[in-house]
Amino acid sequence: MGVAPASPRIAVVQFPGTNCERETVRAIQAITGCAADVVWHADAFPSSTYQAVVLPGGFAYGDHLRAGAIARFSPVMDGIAQFAQTGGLVLGICNGFQVLLEAGLLPGAMLHNASLQFRSEWVWCRVERTDTPFTCACQPGQVLRLPIAHGEGNYVSLDRPRGVVLRYADAEGQVLPSANPNGAQDNIAGLVNAAGNVFGLMPHPERASEAVLGSTDGRWIFASLGRALRRPVATAVPALA
Amino acid sequence: MTLLQPAAPTEQQLRAVGLLPAEYAHIRARLGREPNPVELGMLGAMWSEHCGYKHSRRLLKLLPTSGPRVVQGPGENAGAVQVGDGLAAVLKMESHNHPSAVEPFQGAATGVGGILRDIFTMGARPVALLDSLRFGLPSDPRTAYLLGGVIGGIGHYGNCIGVPTVGGEISFDAHYAGNPIVNAMCVGIVETERLMRAQASGAGNVLLLVGADTGRDGLQGAAFASNDDPEASHRGVVQVGNPFLEKLLLEACLGVLEGGTVLAMQDLGAAGLTSSSIEMAARGGLGVEIDTACVPRREHGLTPFEVMLSESQERMLLLVHAGAEAAVQRHFARWDLHAAIVGRVTDDGLLRVRDGREVVAELPISLLVDEVPAYELQTEPPAERSVPTVTKTFETPNEALLRLLGSANLCSRRFAFRQYDSTVQGNTVVGPGGGAAVVRVEGTRYGLGLSTDCNPRYCRLDPRQGAAQAVAEAARNLACVGARPIAVTDCLNFGNPEKPSVAWQLTEAIHGLADACRALEVPVVSGNVSLYNESGGRAIPPTPTVGMVGLLEDVSLAVGAAFGPDAVLVLLGEPPGGLGAGEYAGDGPFPRFDLEAERRLGNLLRALIQARLVRSAQDVADGGLAVAVAECALLGHIGATLTGDEGCGMRDEHGSVEVALFSEDQGRAVVTCAQDDLAAVLAQAATFGVPAMAVGTTGGDRVRFGTDIDVPLEALRRAWETVP
Repeated sequence: MGVAPASPRIAVVQFPGTNCERETVRAIQAITGCAADVVWHADAFPSSTYQAVVLPGGFAYGDHLRAGAIARFSPVMDGIAQFAQTGGLVLGICNGFQVLLEAGLLPGAMLHNASLQFRSEWVWCRVERTDTPFTCACQPGQVLRLPIAHGEGNYVSLDRPRGVVLRYADAEGQVLPSANPNGAQDNIAGLVNAAGNVFGLMPHPERASEAVLGSTDGRWIFASLGRALRRPVATAVPALA
Repeated sequence: MTLLQPAAPTEQQLRAVGLLPAEYAHIRARLGREPNPVELGMLGAMWSEHCGYKHSRRLLKLLPTSGPRVVQGPGENAGAVQVGDGLAAVLKMESHNHPSAVEPFQGAATGVGGILRDIFTMGARPVALLDSLRFGLPSDPRTAYLLGGVIGGIGHYGNCIGVPTVGGEISFDAHYAGNPIVNAMCVGIVETERLMRAQASGAGNVLLLVGADTGRDGLQGAAFASNDDPEASHRGVVQVGNPFLEKLLLEACLGVLEGGTVLAMQDLGAAGLTSSSIEMAARGGLGVEIDTACVPRREHGLTPFEVMLSESQERMLLLVHAGAEAAVQRHFARWDLHAAIVGRVTDDGLLRVRDGREVVAELPISLLVDEVPAYELQTEPPAERSVPTVTKTFETPNEALLRLLGSANLCSRRFAFRQYDSTVQGNTVVGPGGGAAVVRVEGTRYGLGLSTDCNPRYCRLDPRQGAAQAVAEAARNLACVGARPIAVTDCLNFGNPEKPSVAWQLTEAIHGLADACRALEVPVVSGNVSLYNESGGRAIPPTPTVGMVGLLEDVSLAVGAAFGPDAVLVLLGEPPGGLGAGEYAGDGPFPRFDLEAERRLGNLLRALIQARLVRSAQDVADGGLAVAVAECALLGHIGATLTGDEGCGMRDEHGSVEVALFSEDQGRAVVTCAQDDLAAVLAQAATFGVPAMAVGTTGGDRVRFGTDIDVPLEALRRAWETVP
């Protein structure tokens, strides 16, 4: 597929142990029409080349010590932090979400799943906010069917995060304890920072982006990103006082 | 430089390296001198069953290994078959039974690591993993420990490295209590013309050892795997896996192959540096020289013997053009991996091992590989082969269905597979939980159907028919998703072949595999033999695990097993003739089984799926029709009513429906279709010569069979989701 030169470019970061970069690039290119490059963790982040950066899923540094705990020190992360501070769009999927938490770009932390086991299954997530660059194509209350695959997705925060974008729910969109696959606080599956430009989520939208894979609901996330890159979204996230 | 002349080894020393006195005598005569301890250790490893197949080699020649799609048959690290669009599927299955018996987590994890290396050694990117697992009964106190450890280890490795675990099987039988079975299968995809082989070429070219440092872990595992007491054999020998390191190795190896400077690649598995370097040299008809002093190590004081026989994981041997070493080393450094120059190819046909300047071993490659004895097995059929009779049960069909769905062998495997990442890589079309899995071949319309199968109850009853049934069931599972079988990899798990009764089982099973693969026209392109699976002097049941790969020309046509609403249920295949061995009755005569009927059924299922005439398909297997229907209902969250008069029209002369409901007679499947398509489905079945009968409809939230079974789906689900 040809990509117009003027079209936005998206960086997909590869740490040692990242394992979802290929399908993430594929989904971004197919859905947003943007060019996507794999960017190596040991290089400085070329922020002027990219309009958005995605930290994909995997086991960066084998999740040794704690998921994301070592990856946050990779050379690429300094530039990504600066990119985020200046309003650049940053999306972290699963392990990428964990890296963003460890890097302090999103509030809170991840514990091991309440079951103390890895969980790989299809879940439903209710879209709580559509005023973000990552969900602007969704309807409020829309329920997305997405797969999860993680051992550390039990989100905790000392306060109630205001930027909750996705919550684990049942197929009808009811947020219930029985729909929570990992024990996450308030069924939180994804959240944005105060400025609304950094988003992390545990489910894998790139694995739910084609009918043949069982769901196309993940397309909404990438379609939102693509739309936001071409027509910026005014995010009305209340600043944390 | 001359080798120190050692004294002749004692019988005890010979036993320690797994050599028989007669084998030693041959070696002694061939060399014209006593082999030294380093040489003896390497000979023992290469002549072990694990590396040398000395008990199974002759039999394995019976298997059909060729076909129009075969790109690489047995003899390499894995087999390969053409898929289309210039791509090949690479497949292999391997056992890690003994290590898993002792340390289930690491045993299973390193089993997965090993099979992954076999695939990417061929230059292929691994795209799917499956695991065939067998344990003692859940009531055995050790079973929970082994089961939990094995599942944890598989997940630990596969999840981290990012290869989806999409299928497999788990079963329980008292005879596996001391010796569980852990067979891991991996499938990869490669451009056919870039398929890598582990064949040495060009004297003077350089060997690089890449990946993990070498330690004492797994020392002599190959020789010990050919010993019949897992506790005695593997205590202290089990390796520890590092999936993160293997992920780096995987990406670095696939990346370096693009440069074109790598001539051959061979992973280090059983017998470590010894077998990898020797096999590479043997395939090229050349020699090889290794300097153990150059091998990066993780501990001080390793002897040349230990370096050559260490089974430290996550290591790879690369042969590169002389002069290209530095570029290759730079490539690996980017992945934080060192690539050490450890030797070179020679043209003298010898394996020469140095420790710095000192030569510590020098053996002809041909002695190590070609002269491995191939024993004629002494077989003896069991003295008495009376056909067991079926024990009458005194439960109602309702009770029986709930019992079966809640039984260890038939309950939902969700407790296991939800611990495995089954969707990574974004190509999983049909995941675990049904029969066969389906993964899309990235960038194409093709799909691969994948299944592993073996029924130890049948194999114990009749190893020949049982092995053939495993092939047929795998083919049937593939047909139910719409795939045509294109290749088999097998893992032959048996007891001690020096026992005539075990030798008979092995012989019969290989004949059965060969018969079925010929009848269904599917070649065996790779495999593994795991013998000496015994504990307390008792052999496991014959367990010829079959891993099969099938091709879907259009992956979007794949169907699953789950029922949808408002469909007609059609039973395909000959109505059952009796109640034989199975989950319902336990022991009994071998179920009716006919390869020709299997072949017709498979062709029919594929035709129905290609014509989009059926919405779901499931074979009638363990537990019979009632269990097959209940599983489809549970997967689809939709009930079903089988309305046939008098219990599907199959009540026997005593008024019993148990044969209709629970018989495991083979060659049958349940499909669903739209009411409007029923006539077309029945017509197709007639064309293919397969009996077919509409037996009910889907819908509602109960499963009903005539007046004999009527259970709410939720009650079935409670039973089914029992964790064994």
